[in-house]
Amino acid sequence: MTSQGFMQIALYVITLLLLAKPLGIYMARVYQDEPVGLNRWFAWVEKILYRFSGVKPEQEMRWTQYAIAMLVFNLLGLLAVYALQRFQDILPLNPQALPAVSPDSSFNTAVSFATNTNWQGYSGEATMSYLTQMLGLTVQNFVSAASGMAVLVALIRGFIRRNTETIGNFWVDMTRSTLYILMPLSLILALVLVGQGVVQTFKPYQTVNLQQAVSYQAPKLDADGKIVTDAEGKPVTETVETNEQTLALGPAASQIAIKQLGTNGGGFFNVNSAHPFENPTPLSNFLEMLAILLIPAALCYTFGVMIGDTRQGWAILAAMTLVFVALIAVTVPAEQSGNPSLSALGVDQAAAAQQPGGNMEGKEARFGVVNSALWAVATTAASNGSVNSMHDSFTPIGGMVPMWLIQLGEVIYGGVGSGLYGMIVYALIAVFIAGLMIGRTPEYLGKKVEAFEVKMSAIVILIPPLMVLAGTAIALMMDAGKASIFNPGAHGFSEVLYAFSSAGNNNGSAFGGISANVPFYNFMLGMAMLFSRYWLMIPVLAIAGSLAAKKTVPVGPGTLSTHTPLFVMLLIGTVLMVGALTFVPALALGPVVEHLQMIGHK
Amino acid sequence: MTTKPVSTSLFDPEILQQAAIDAFLKLTPQQQWKNPVMFVVYLGSILTTILWFQALGGQGEEPSGFILAVTIWLWFTVLFANFAEAVAEGRSKAQAAFLRSAKREISAKKLDEPRYGSNYSKVSGSTLRKGDVVLIEAGDFVPGDGEVIEGVASVDESAITGESAPVIRESGGDFSSVTGGTRVLSDWLVVRISANPGESFLDRMISMVESAKRQKTPNEIALTILLVALTLVFLFATVTLLPFSLYSVETSGAGHPITVTVLVALLVCLIPTTIGGLLSAIGVAGIGRMMQKNVIATSGRAVEAAGDVDVLLLDKTGTITLGNRQASALIPVKGVSEKDLADAAQLASLADETPEGRSIVVLAKQKFGFRERDVHSLGATFVHFSAQTRMSGVNLEGRQIRKGAADAIRSYIEDQGSHFPNELKTMVDDVARRGSTPLVVADGSRALGVIELKDIVKGGIKERFAELRQMGIKTIMITGDNRLTAAAIAAEAGVDDFLAEATPEAKLKLIRQHQTDGRLVAMTGDGTNDAPALAQADVAVAMNSGTQAAKEAGNMVDLDSNPTKLIEIVETGKQMLMTRGALTTFSIANDVAKYFAIIPAAFATTYPALNVLNVMGLATPASAILSAVIFNALIIIALIPLALKGIRYSPVGAEKLLQNNLLIYGVGGLIVPFIGIKAIDLLLVAMKLA
Repeated sequence: MTSQGFMQIALYVITLLLLAKPLGIYMARVYQDEPVGLNRWFAWVEKILYRFSGVKPEQEMRWTQYAIAMLVFNLLGLLAVYALQRFQDILPLNPQALPAVSPDSSFNTAVSFATNTNWQGYSGEATMSYLTQMLGLTVQNFVSAASGMAVLVALIRGFIRRNTETIGNFWVDMTRSTLYILMPLSLILALVLVGQGVVQTFKPYQTVNLQQAVSYQAPKLDADGKIVTDAEGKPVTETVETNEQTLALGPAASQIAIKQLGTNGGGFFNVNSAHPFENPTPLSNFLEMLAILLIPAALCYTFGVMIGDTRQGWAILAAMTLVFVALIAVTVPAEQSGNPSLSALGVDQAAAAQQPGGNMEGKEARFGVVNSALWAVATTAASNGSVNSMHDSFTPIGGMVPMWLIQLGEVIYGGVGSGLYGMIVYALIAVFIAGLMIGRTPEYLGKKVEAFEVKMSAIVILIPPLMVLAGTAIALMMDAGKASIFNPGAHGFSEVLYAFSSAGNNNGSAFGGISANVPFYNFMLGMAMLFSRYWLMIPVLAIAGSLAAKKTVPVGPGTLSTHTPLFVMLLIGTVLMVGALTFVPALALGPVVEHLQMIGHK
Repeated sequence: MTTKPVSTSLFDPEILQQAAIDAFLKLTPQQQWKNPVMFVVYLGSILTTILWFQALGGQGEEPSGFILAVTIWLWFTVLFANFAEAVAEGRSKAQAAFLRSAKREISAKKLDEPRYGSNYSKVSGSTLRKGDVVLIEAGDFVPGDGEVIEGVASVDESAITGESAPVIRESGGDFSSVTGGTRVLSDWLVVRISANPGESFLDRMISMVESAKRQKTPNEIALTILLVALTLVFLFATVTLLPFSLYSVETSGAGHPITVTVLVALLVCLIPTTIGGLLSAIGVAGIGRMMQKNVIATSGRAVEAAGDVDVLLLDKTGTITLGNRQASALIPVKGVSEKDLADAAQLASLADETPEGRSIVVLAKQKFGFRERDVHSLGATFVHFSAQTRMSGVNLEGRQIRKGAADAIRSYIEDQGSHFPNELKTMVDDVARRGSTPLVVADGSRALGVIELKDIVKGGIKERFAELRQMGIKTIMITGDNRLTAAAIAAEAGVDDFLAEATPEAKLKLIRQHQTDGRLVAMTGDGTNDAPALAQADVAVAMNSGTQAAKEAGNMVDLDSNPTKLIEIVETGKQMLMTRGALTTFSIANDVAKYFAIIPAAFATTYPALNVLNVMGLATPASAILSAVIFNALIIIALIPLALKGIRYSPVGAEKLLQNNLLIYGVGGLIVPFIGIKAIDLLLVAMKLA
């Protein structure tokens, strides 16, 4: 790794950790309804919202009621986004007169944004009207993130409370997450991004004249806008020459801010944060990257504050950070070392004053190798999924790390709320095994981990691999699945595996290399996103309910400490073992073999 | 001393032989279904057996010899797990058989009226019902559990306890219960039967021993769920490998898709068969180990709960201190020599047959060499202790020596118009503050001094409590003594806390309070007045010498009636959990090496580059897969002794314990299979089987 690269990564990680504590404290106070500025100044807004919607904020919910409220709310959001897409041609704020979106794509996108996955089978600037983007997608960016945070807060209450049936009020948790945390942070970030040059306008797309004509290869489209394929199922390309360029515009900054902060990741434009209007400068890149992990990291501290032992929060944050840093240390050098096949041709791939060196394919020159690789690791560690480079063009190992991070279940920071509740579930499993090994019924934060918790945790850990592996297997058995693969061989396998990993863990980033906006993938990936979001949230809420009903065991000398380096290692070990044992065979047939072939093993 | 009723050898040939037969008998689907992990292996074995027949018919996906080898070892995996369970059960069954031998047909002398001397009719013991009254005379067997209502007798309880020394059973008090199957050695007893046929203590013990394998404990259930989840994960991972492999072959245009035989082999290697196969053996063995410690648990749940105990309530007398107080010092008042005091004290105690009295005689002898004097030659008359005077002593040659509690002697002296010195009062208080009992000695109206009767804390008990503290268990001493005395003894014995002037209500309240705080409470007891507290405690160990009520209320009975046994009970409970946890970790850690063995073997025809992953340098794909399967089966056999004995527990604190076990079973579990699989591969090559 170059020393400059090292400095940039260090700056990023240190800034992230420095911000975790203040923001963590702020969020804890919001959730505990302690005065902390905004929640007093804007309390009237909150009150009006409750009165308007008939919510009684003091009414406590059992876990089942909480889950139903969450599901109903999410379903309504899903239907709204579906309807907005289907009727956008007759709705206002559609300066480009874009047609209604197809049913399968609308379903996929509606599910994708409700589940905080933000997988994008469509191309933003060519598909969605400004109204759909703002009222549909941006709103979902807020509330899907807030739903995840609400479920986390409910789980934390499960640990705090004792001998109670209730775990809080979903509407209140959701409203406060949005009103006092997501909205203010998004507002600040959006303004800074606008300052950096991110567009924010209702104007239609602008057409500009190019100084010289450009010719390029483009996939040939038929009358319906579908890619024409040849007899072998490969897309047919044609040479196009043009003198002008259409610059897509729109209210981007407001959506990008929450897309990053809410671990959503759905870009305003198709190429996401690689687009100069979405991510124009190194500073905007740094801030957007920081926003990916900011809330998930800070929530660890919130967790520590709320349970009354900040060491527990630090321990989890430490486990996440260690894995994160270790995997950066794999990906960045892998990308910086480039491709040995090119070296064999006499290409100089070393970093120098005039060139970044390494594997620059699919990367933006203004970001370079380090910031592209760092973004890739951050966005897949969190369930964000926004990209500023093409993961499909990474080296096999460089691309495997993001894929594996997703497959770990999105618990290395993970999604806002969902990452930490996933990690807490892993902690329950780790504690269970550790507890047995020291000869005590396992307990975590004073709560005994018994059959019910293990059962629910098992569901949480089982569902994503099932979605990923079964989805990939079905796709590879069907012609409809295989037809979309651009690259043959092990890389093609990786492309499908990555797509299902991304959907099955609610990440939403695309490896690329498959045309996913076809009915088969829209349906399969949509189902994977649905199941892995709600089949995880419901058992997590069940755990919360069960824990809240238990009494709290006082800490004694026989209690296993869960804030020690030993426990951090155990937690990391549990996450990595489950992730590795589940996906090693699949990864062996994809990136591993690709890497071995690249370095010359035949 | 204790004659263990059952051989403790792990490898009793008789048990092993029976277990080998049982391993085959357990191959029925109903038996296998109970263990989900092994059921998967069972189905896999059936599947590969069918594939082998297909291969024999000439349409095999692999050479029939290879399929056969895999099949055989898969069946061995199932059989080994059955064998482990059968060995554990065999040891329990031997115990049950021994108990049943005590339950022979006994004829009883049923009394017409519930008193000694009434007419009786001879009936069969099995017809006795609750409330019947029977006469048991010397040489008779006790026909059923009951309460002594008349008489005193020595009883041989070795059939139940294995303890050959007879015990005394008498009406009233804490030694009034008798157990069916024991034998009266001398005298007679009139007993009211307290259990209907089939409900007696012995019946419950036998059914407990026999059904131990059927009831899963809470942690076992939770662990089974986790193991099923892991099995499902590996099922997804292997089943989907077939389409992955088909696609890879199609896209690379080389090699053959992975065969079902190899997939089954991979699946069986990956799922946690080591712990799955040994899980029930661990549970059965845990209860068996309790029994070897002469503790009968009424459920596996109770044994497991013992490992979780946070607070331990112990009776002072008999548990922390020796049952009796002993004279430890003689403190004379000013003007009296210690020797004179000793002389008077000894004289006053010569006829005192209580242990305290005897200890005074012994102390005087030790200190000043007074030999026991012949009582009669002294012409002495003895004054025995009475509840009215609360003194005892001796009258001789005009001397009237008395010893007794301070206030009794005080009124004795003051009645004679003399004065009870202030100095003595201070001395008495000092002794009490030390946790001892003061006895004052007076010669006529003159007070001579104080004898300090000390509660003798049992040797080594302090170390035991320190051990408990390291396990994370808080000890609380329960005593009827006043706070001052209790505090002194608590300090000497090293308990963490004490409950003085304890009443049954106070005990109950203490237990409830700890339970409300979320702690798990264990206690030992023997008396009827302990019963409510025993019933409330989470782990309640009743002494076998105790009353029927105490035994009914407890969830364990200690046949040796040794109150410090609780420590061993806790250890056994912990061992049971630890063994499960350690073998789970080991089982999962093993998978890493198995991947390195099987992945290259399965896919190298499609992608030769994957041969790089064959870090063990296994000879051929077939030998690699076979070696992994064989290792997986053999490790079950290799770990049977560990499963039965339990892994060693040492009270070093949670952190250190976890670290040690992670190192041994986690890191060890990573390394061992690399060596084992390579060794088996070398062996297969040497034997030209691969």
